Amino acid sequence: MADFFMNHPLGIALLIIGQIFLLVIPLLVALAFLMYADRKIWAAVQMRRGPNVVGVFGLLQSFADFGKYIVKEVVVPAGADKSVFFMAPMVSLVMALIAWAVIPFNDGWVLSNINVAILYVFAVSSLEVYGVIMGGWASNSKYPFLGSLRSAAQMISYEVSIGLIIIGVIISSGSMNFGDIVRSQDGDWGVFNWYWLPHFPMLFLFLISALAETNRPPFDLPEAESELVAGYQVEYSSTPFLLFMIGELVAVVLMCALISLMFFGGWLSPVPFLPDGIVWMILKMGFVFFIFSMVKAITPRYRYDQLMRLGWKVFLPFSLVWVVFVAFAAKFEWFWGVYARWTVGG
Amino acid sequence: MSVFAFYLFAISVIAGGLFTVISRNPVHSVLWLILSFLSAAGLFVLLGAEFVAMLLVIVYVGAVAVLFLFVVMMLDIDFAELKAEMARYMPLALLIGLVILMQFVMAFGAWEANAAAEGLRAQAIPVDRHNTEALGMILYDQYFLLFQLAGLILLVAMIGAIVLTLRHRKDVKRQDVVAQMMRDPAKAMELKDVKSGQGL
Amino acid sequence: MSADLTLILPEIVLAVFAMLGLLGAVYTGKDALAPALVWATSALLVLVALWVGLAAPETHTGFGGMFIDDGFSRFAKVTLLLSAAAVLAMSEGYMSARGLLRFEYPILITLAVVGMMVMVSAGDLMSLYMGLELQSLALYVVASLRRDSIKSTEAGLKYFVLGALSSGLLLYGASLIYGYAGTTLFSGIIQTAQTGDVSLGMLFGLIFVISGLAFKVSAVPFHMWTPDVYEGAPTPITAFFATAPKVAAMGLFARVMHDAFGNAVGDWQQVVALISLLSMFLGAIAAIGQTNIKRLMAYSSIAHMGYALMGLASGTVFGVQAMLVYLAIYVTMNVGTFAFILMMERDGQPVVDVASLNMYSKREPGKALAMLVLLFSLAGVPPMLGFFGKLYVLRAAYEGGLAWLAIAGVVASVIGAFYYLRIVFYMYFGDENAEGLDGGKSPVLWGFLMASAVVMVLGIINMFGVEGAAAAAAASLVN
Repeated sequence: MADFFMNHPLGIALLIIGQIFLLVIPLLVALAFLMYADRKIWAAVQMRRGPNVVGVFGLLQSFADFGKYIVKEVVVPAGADKSVFFMAPMVSLVMALIAWAVIPFNDGWVLSNINVAILYVFAVSSLEVYGVIMGGWASNSKYPFLGSLRSAAQMISYEVSIGLIIIGVIISSGSMNFGDIVRSQDGDWGVFNWYWLPHFPMLFLFLISALAETNRPPFDLPEAESELVAGYQVEYSSTPFLLFMIGELVAVVLMCALISLMFFGGWLSPVPFLPDGIVWMILKMGFVFFIFSMVKAITPRYRYDQLMRLGWKVFLPFSLVWVVFVAFAAKFEWFWGVYARWTVGG
Repeated sequence: MSVFAFYLFAISVIAGGLFTVISRNPVHSVLWLILSFLSAAGLFVLLGAEFVAMLLVIVYVGAVAVLFLFVVMMLDIDFAELKAEMARYMPLALLIGLVILMQFVMAFGAWEANAAAEGLRAQAIPVDRHNTEALGMILYDQYFLLFQLAGLILLVAMIGAIVLTLRHRKDVKRQDVVAQMMRDPAKAMELKDVKSGQGL
Repeated sequence: MSADLTLILPEIVLAVFAMLGLLGAVYTGKDALAPALVWATSALLVLVALWVGLAAPETHTGFGGMFIDDGFSRFAKVTLLLSAAAVLAMSEGYMSARGLLRFEYPILITLAVVGMMVMVSAGDLMSLYMGLELQSLALYVVASLRRDSIKSTEAGLKYFVLGALSSGLLLYGASLIYGYAGTTLFSGIIQTAQTGDVSLGMLFGLIFVISGLAFKVSAVPFHMWTPDVYEGAPTPITAFFATAPKVAAMGLFARVMHDAFGNAVGDWQQVVALISLLSMFLGAIAAIGQTNIKRLMAYSSIAHMGYALMGLASGTVFGVQAMLVYLAIYVTMNVGTFAFILMMERDGQPVVDVASLNMYSKREPGKALAMLVLLFSLAGVPPMLGFFGKLYVLRAAYEGGLAWLAIAGVVASVIGAFYYLRIVFYMYFGDENAEGLDGGKSPVLWGFLMASAVVMVLGIINMFGVEGAAAAAAASLVN
């Protein structure tokens, strides 16, 4: 039996498929509750009750919404480019999901332990923009197209500073593998060993860039309902719309995982005497998601020119200077060598 | 398994390239091109060059092709007409293509046939180090000068693009974000007592 | 590694200066800094020229042979640095007066100069290409600096498209050479390319590389862009095109031919001799019909490149020496001539019509006399310095066994003298009643014009020691 799964091509394929299901199904279920949490937090800030009808405390609200979307009719606008129109939401969801292949939840608990993991996540998240552009263009309608153009410009702009921030972390840990990045944050000081301390300003830059990259408020300009109705999603309904929504939320959770891994030590425990484990990873992701929700609840939307200015004129130079600083700090071991924690190579 | 993956990627590279050329809708062309790029990245992974594969995706698919798509979507060009124009030059294009193909065949034939080439090929992938590190050693050590010069060339390209296109129009009102942020009620508002029945 | 870095220190200084200038200008906003930046750049180029020129006469190679610092490269660098500095200094007044002076201009010129310095020091096909592209890209941009003028934009675009084509030819040739030699290093190629042992593929590669380089020196049959670009670009930039890039491209040409294919002189000699011959004749004949002085100078530069190539075609040490001397003289003459052209204006507007020089000697006898000297020198009339330059390359060709080329050179020189002397005719015996030009009171331009003319006369005594330096430089290139 074990031999079949380890050696036979079919067995290996089955094993991989099994692992994928093991990852994706809990992720999607968790997503349903995260959606619920998002709405509850939002409601609490606005002193409303939020969803509270379906299930106990409204816990099953997301599942009810899911059912509703599935059974509705799919409307395709006249003049739409059909194949691209349907491909767009699929691209959006698939790109968000495949990035999870390299995210470890615990030491060694990762679908694919590749050397260039962080680069892979970056590459895949740079592809998410295609879902938006294709959807906006294929709808053959003004507002979606405008929304998709905005979105593309926005995502590309913030990708640049995300890339530079990632480079800083890579320099510090000497590896692009998430396992190595987390292990390089291990140490006797627990929470103070993690990268959020030495890379402190970059934590904020990354958080904000992640908001812009995933089109979350206050940077949800592609779907700014007051000016563009709902941006690239205007013409979508039923399941395709659902796929867009899930894709977007998966990308948000992915950003939570990235922040936990890069700045908060992944599965490492914050205090030295407690054991490390998956529970820490999940708690950290939950914490970051809570921040995302709070930001959504309490900030007004940015204007488009402000968004572009922030990305190109503030974040880009700042993160660039930071990369130079980290490079020097790592090379000459400034600050007791906190910037040079190479676990491999060197 | 990897043979299967190779043929999958190889076929989709070629199919992507083919459809890029023959599809009627330019946006579809770009999408096919992206498929080609992604499959090429897959081929790089199979070769053990995962770093190059990722860079290909990030740079070409994530940035260059997006700009292509932008431009193609916004252009108001009748591509069908353009294609008809192109058909006139088809014989010449085919001839040039054939010549280049022949050269490839000859060059690779020599490469395959030569016993010495075997040794050179084996050197391409270093066994003792990570290929990201190997690339780093080449770019930042062996070819340091060329790498920096390439950077200067890109700087010149950027300056050039800005010099030739940036225009500051005087007749357009611009928003000054810093000034907007420095505004406060004390500066922006003036409170006045207005007696009833009278205006200001 | 750090030893290698000291080798490229002059280039690093210039590149860092360009970047700092860019930062400073961007953060202070607008173009207020531009004139100061032009003068600072000019001064820095002179300083770097002194630094490079006074360095110890040794040969160093760095970066695994990709960068060569020898007497030849230093001679070429000093020539191109000084000419770039002179042209920059001349351009400030003209550009400011016409609102063309943006701070990017001196920065682009500086970066172009860095590219040229890499070109003449290249010891590898890749560093050759990098230097060439750095130079060309900056030049494409400055050619269309006057972006609201159709002619200037056309010049930039034409230059860019044809330049890209020539880069393609060059790269194709380089890839063939690499394929057949197995290395991109010149020191490696020269071992593969023994006399009579150059494989057919390598020969193809050599021809493609020569084509690409011929484009950069604007030699026939790759000269088509020259008149249009010279005419369309703002005049100071035309002056720049006519000087420093020519030196760099010729230096690179000689470097590739001797360093990489020095063992196979017979294989490239005929090709270079042919393009030299064609350039001399086309430059001389096509210039006759020109009334625009910038186009005329374009054809003049094509012809002069033909003569410089004649020195290279001889394939000897003396040939390279002759080429270097010729280039130094050519650059000095062109600086003076363009200083004069920059002063040609009527009611504050630049004039490029040759006929506008009617009876110029009446109004400005001093300047007319200086121009007369320069034109005689350009034409190769003894006893001006230009004559000795021509004598040098003719002798090199004769000694190199290319007597036919030397004879052709004399014939072309006689034909070419016609259009230079026509300008002299206009200036001294032209139509009395024609509308004249403004006085043009620019001390800088006047200074360059006079200095250049004086050099043309006084230089015949001992050429200011250029001869000896060129001989040492040539000896370091050809082994």
